[in-house]
Amino acid sequence: MLSKRSLVGVRWNFHTLAVLFFMLIGIQAFAADPAVDSSDEAVAAGKAVFNANCKTCHKLDQKLVGPALRGVSDRREIPWIKSFIKNSQALIASGDKTANDLYKEYNNTAMPAHEFLSDDDLNNLLSYIEFGDKVDPAAAAAVEGGAEGASAAGGGIPSEYLTVILAVLVVVLLLILVVLGLIISVLTKYLNKQELDEDDKEFVTQKFNLGKVFKSDGFIIIVTALVVAVVAKTAIDGLYSVGVQQGYAPTQPIAYSHKLHAGTLEIECQYCHTGVEIGRSANIPSPNICMNCHTHVQNVQGKEGVSPEIQKIYDAVDNNTPIEWVRVHNLPDLAYFNHSQHVKVGGIECQTCHGPIQEMEVVGQHSALTMGWCIDCHRQTEIATEGNAYYDKLVQIHVDSKDALKVKDIGGLECAKCHY
Amino acid sequence: MKENKKTYWKGLEQLSNDPEFVKHADKEFAELPSSLNEDGSASRRDFLKLMGFSLAAASLAACEAPVRKAIPYVNKPVDINPSIPNYYASTFSSGGDYASIVVKTREGRPIKIDGNELSPINKGKVNAIVEGSVLSLYDKQRLTGPYIAGEKTDWATLDSQVKSKLASAGSVKIVSNTILSPTTNKALQQFSEVFGGAEVIQYDPISNYGISKAAETYYGTAVIPSYSFDKAKTIVSFGADFLGTWISPIEFAGQYAKTRKISKEKPEMSRHYQFESNLSLTGANADYRTPIKASQSGLAVLALYNAIAKKAGAATVSAPAVEIAHLEKAANDLWAAKSAGLVVSGSNDPNVQVVVNAINELLGANGTTVDFNAPVHFRKGDDARMNQFVNELKAGQVGAVIFYNCNPVYDFARGAEIAEGIAKAKVSISTNGTMDETASLVQMVAPDHHFLESWNDFEPKKGHYSLGQPTISPLFDTRQAQDSFLTWSGSTSNFYEFLQLNWESEIFTQVETGTDFQEFWDRSLYNGVFAITPAATEALAPIGDVSAAAASVAKAYSASNTGAELVLYTKVGIGSGAFANVPWLQEMSDPITKATWDNYLTVSQKWASENGVTMIEGETSKASITVNGKSLLVPILVQPGQAEGTFGLAVGYGRTKAGRVANGVGVNAYELADTSKGFVNFDITAGVEVAATGEAYRIARTQTHQTFMGRENVIQEATLAEYKTDASAGRYHPEIYKDGEFVKPSKISLWSGHQYSQHHWGLAIDMNSCIGCSACSVACQVENNVAVVGKQEVLNRREMAWIRIDRYYSSDAPADDLRGMEVASENPEVTFQPMMCQQCNNAPCETVCPVAATTHSSEGLNQMTYNRCIGTRYCANNCPYKVRRFNWFKYHDNKDFAGVNVAQNDDLGKMVLNPDVTVRARGVMEKCSMCVQRIQAGKLAAKREKRKVQDGEINVACAVACPTDALVFGDMNDANSKVSQLLKIKENNTSALKEVNEERAYHVLEEINVSPNVWYFTKIRNKDKNEA
Repeated sequence: MLSKRSLVGVRWNFHTLAVLFFMLIGIQAFAADPAVDSSDEAVAAGKAVFNANCKTCHKLDQKLVGPALRGVSDRREIPWIKSFIKNSQALIASGDKTANDLYKEYNNTAMPAHEFLSDDDLNNLLSYIEFGDKVDPAAAAAVEGGAEGASAAGGGIPSEYLTVILAVLVVVLLLILVVLGLIISVLTKYLNKQELDEDDKEFVTQKFNLGKVFKSDGFIIIVTALVVAVVAKTAIDGLYSVGVQQGYAPTQPIAYSHKLHAGTLEIECQYCHTGVEIGRSANIPSPNICMNCHTHVQNVQGKEGVSPEIQKIYDAVDNNTPIEWVRVHNLPDLAYFNHSQHVKVGGIECQTCHGPIQEMEVVGQHSALTMGWCIDCHRQTEIATEGNAYYDKLVQIHVDSKDALKVKDIGGLECAKCHY
Repeated sequence: MKENKKTYWKGLEQLSNDPEFVKHADKEFAELPSSLNEDGSASRRDFLKLMGFSLAAASLAACEAPVRKAIPYVNKPVDINPSIPNYYASTFSSGGDYASIVVKTREGRPIKIDGNELSPINKGKVNAIVEGSVLSLYDKQRLTGPYIAGEKTDWATLDSQVKSKLASAGSVKIVSNTILSPTTNKALQQFSEVFGGAEVIQYDPISNYGISKAAETYYGTAVIPSYSFDKAKTIVSFGADFLGTWISPIEFAGQYAKTRKISKEKPEMSRHYQFESNLSLTGANADYRTPIKASQSGLAVLALYNAIAKKAGAATVSAPAVEIAHLEKAANDLWAAKSAGLVVSGSNDPNVQVVVNAINELLGANGTTVDFNAPVHFRKGDDARMNQFVNELKAGQVGAVIFYNCNPVYDFARGAEIAEGIAKAKVSISTNGTMDETASLVQMVAPDHHFLESWNDFEPKKGHYSLGQPTISPLFDTRQAQDSFLTWSGSTSNFYEFLQLNWESEIFTQVETGTDFQEFWDRSLYNGVFAITPAATEALAPIGDVSAAAASVAKAYSASNTGAELVLYTKVGIGSGAFANVPWLQEMSDPITKATWDNYLTVSQKWASENGVTMIEGETSKASITVNGKSLLVPILVQPGQAEGTFGLAVGYGRTKAGRVANGVGVNAYELADTSKGFVNFDITAGVEVAATGEAYRIARTQTHQTFMGRENVIQEATLAEYKTDASAGRYHPEIYKDGEFVKPSKISLWSGHQYSQHHWGLAIDMNSCIGCSACSVACQVENNVAVVGKQEVLNRREMAWIRIDRYYSSDAPADDLRGMEVASENPEVTFQPMMCQQCNNAPCETVCPVAATTHSSEGLNQMTYNRCIGTRYCANNCPYKVRRFNWFKYHDNKDFAGVNVAQNDDLGKMVLNPDVTVRARGVMEKCSMCVQRIQAGKLAAKREKRKVQDGEINVACAVACPTDALVFGDMNDANSKVSQLLKIKENNTSALKEVNEERAYHVLEEINVSPNVWYFTKIRNKDKNEA
């Protein structure tokens, strides 16, 4: 009876996992409208259109400013999609329910019109959206599982499911414990009715002594070791976090919103941060850059008068007093960091280190900015060697290696790359 | 072997066999007082301590970093980007010293001065003073506004007072150092017209009046000729320190080095004779150096004249006989070289200079190595007029005196008399930028901008122009002196407009091309220099007669003076003393004496032994020197090579109002100079008394041992003749015994060897062209934020210089006399060896660091990571070259060092720091990084432009500054780089061990096989035979 029940339990668990696994596949895999061309040429042409027009707000498999796009041809009618891309505001104004729901869901963020896109462009775009840069679902699951472990907080299995699985497991184990207890009591009663010799009797009637266990050396050692380990871990973690200001999001003298400027209005980062491609410092824009637009724009759309926040720029310019922004990202003086090396040469996106800046109302420090964090990235990042003659010799030497040429392979972990 | 019967003991305890000592004798470590209880359990106090620590750790973790601001410009200037340097061509000029420069600015602050490569005069090179002058911009001593009678005032008040007072003052005199600027001259002329012919009197602290006076006598034109040492095969110098301090040393050093560079393709070099009293930088580089007394120098020139005249068949002059070694040989070589010979003299005596001119005429050198048709303007000082002016001033005949950026109270021989006379002038004004010795005595001070804040133009040589432009907005409420003159003369235009107008009317009109003025102006400003070829003129023919001058010389000099003689000289680092308040220059160790922060009386070894003066590691005593009644108390420095009976003393010290760095350092030797003969005479041959006082004193020297003690693994040298027969002459080839045979040290290694796949940085140092001038040392200090530690710390041997120049004398003791080998010869040969981190491939420092703070890079660099260093100093102990420096103190933001290390303590001084290099903290090791910040920046520029790094685009600060190109830096993996070519590295492989085929190239201490990436080239002397 015992074995049977436990077997059932096991099977049930396995079943749950299997169901979850298939659900996962279901989430990852989309069906596409058969009308969408899956040829490589169409996908390639579509990618160009996507990169030129959509990339700032959309990703294929992930929500950015706008929704994840893959599978859209399955969710919506193709003509509807095309008219939405061409002029979403017109579609919303026409009272289309889907369009209005979508608009509301994304906090009334308007998507700019793309009337200039031809029908071919739109078809190619859809091809790319459905078939471009596709991640093999199984591989993706494996990667996510491997990297994140069973918790898979980021993607893959949603964490609620795992909680359920754990709860079920605990219940099952408790049941097994109860059942085992019952079996023991039944067996004891049965054996007490039998004729037994003294030794056996003593064995059967012995009481389980909890106090003795607590006082045993082994128990004390284990508990002490555990406590010490936990305390040490907490202390070390605490010490490592000294000076790490991850999440630091101070109030700035002007309530400037990156979400509005970089997110909604899609102003390129480099428009204001002029130094990223040429120097060490990205540059906090000077008010004269603000004034390029704010000579005309005096308030948020739809509001009257001059916004008090924008007024602060005018005051700075009029009184010739600089705006004292609070530094968010503070590297220690002993570390040398150069933006142009990473952005211009390495081709790293701003968001890789600064996080989803286009979603931040107030900018906070997204990454830890610790040396470990730097080094990790240098270990993993491949070098953008293509078309850069500087790397020719290194590529040539590295050609026999199985792995890609990474920053670590060309001295990216050496002290004097950042400390001098 | 004799049995050793000596008893050694570690201390008195051991000697007395103290019972307590015996008890602990076998224990390596002393027992510490126990903090544990008897039974080994922790006490209550330990528990509390631990509690305290955890609380501290917890609160530390909880606290937040201070708020830091990021403040952008309100209106960002279009050319200024934070973190990106800008470069402006400008000009350095001080007291007639000149260099066309390129100023590096960061965020609008000038932080480094390099030479302007477009300049035909200094050709992209600088010296220590030019390098260091950038810090004088950030000197707290600078005046922040105009002063009247010691009280701060405003410009309007000053201007009205000056105008009204000058109008009624009577005769107006403007006293100045050499003015190189044609436009300034024009402004002064305009001023002069308004104020009744105000006269401009020029003098120079380091006067070369004798040369121009002699030219006037001999050629009929009072000019200083241009010299071409590069065209000379035989150079004879009588006390002219042309490599260090004489007229235009940067230019001359570059020319000289061209004749000293030697290779298999060009196995020729010039031969250089030096006859002098003090051992100068130039004398140290000479092939044949003869110490002579100052009183003999005129006769030596006469003797040379007679020897040449005999060969030329010209009339000889009557001269007292004088015995001078190598003089006959010099005459022979000069005559063989004919027009490729060059004779120069540092004497300020016009008569001596006339004879020198006559010798050069006999050789036919005028027009080749010396050219009076292309005069230079570096020294326009007129000693005679200045002397007369002092008399007038003292007699109260001067109505108004304006000191235009000069400090004669300090740096003119009759400074004390000027100080006295200023009060007698009705009006006295100074435009000096600081309240110096002169400015503090005048009624009104109208402080000038610093030269890095000013517009200016210069004509250092006929037809050669250069512009000075501001590299920063004026820091203080100062005003350009020319603007002051223009304002006082009632002009409404500012000097910038005045300058442009003058260029448009005077210089642009000489340009033939059809460009417009704005374009011409912009280009000249961008280039910094502009030259017009002057119309060819006929060569000057002598109009004077040598015999009169020769007769005067014969009378004035004597072959056997028995009295003491004092020869005042100029130091390479301090110069005239105008930049004495720059601590970098004070701490730069003198190339010859290796002393810092002092001037001292250099005495001959013979005098020292006769007077019982010893000098051991800077421990010396003082002497009193009395010259015609004026007495100074100075420390004694025993100087090999000092002519017997002569004493040397440097000018430029003894400032009293220069600022807190220079005040009270050394004594002022200017006041000992003699003006009785109508010129400022720095060679005082009569009335000198020197007496040792016995008062103990310590001179802070960075190198205390004198000779290399015959260690040919350090200094490897040969003569030219030896080199011609065997290119590897003088090379030392150590071999190590292994498995029955002798092999090269590099064949035995515990190391697996590095691979440098992309770059392999290396440095080749030619000891033949290194003249020891130390420009590299100061350049490194500026570039790498190297701390200044002050005299006491140098005495403690804690100077921080990343690159030093080791100066070795040779000894004439036999090789087995180890004690004698330590003593330099009376007139030793000198070798200079720049020494910095050798960036070893098998670095001994790396293996002993317990925390891996010093590691090897994939480009051949030995990296030093300050933030990782815990200060064990094992690396320094294990370094065979002793090039690692330890931060014994926190030198920045520390009031104990604020008086010397101004670049890291003053708010103002800190503006000079290089933002790309960390200022090191206390307790960490530092050393030459091979300017890794420049390497990184150069690589990044190449990557951004998607190309390879080009040879020459990355260069280390020392090599950039070097006026003789003795240091060549580059990528040894690039077969076409200059350093690979020099070292003859043919194979372009990625191995750390390169096959160097140049016979002269060697590693210092090759036998220990640390495999440096710095190579030295053997020193070759153009001598007939090897001698000490």
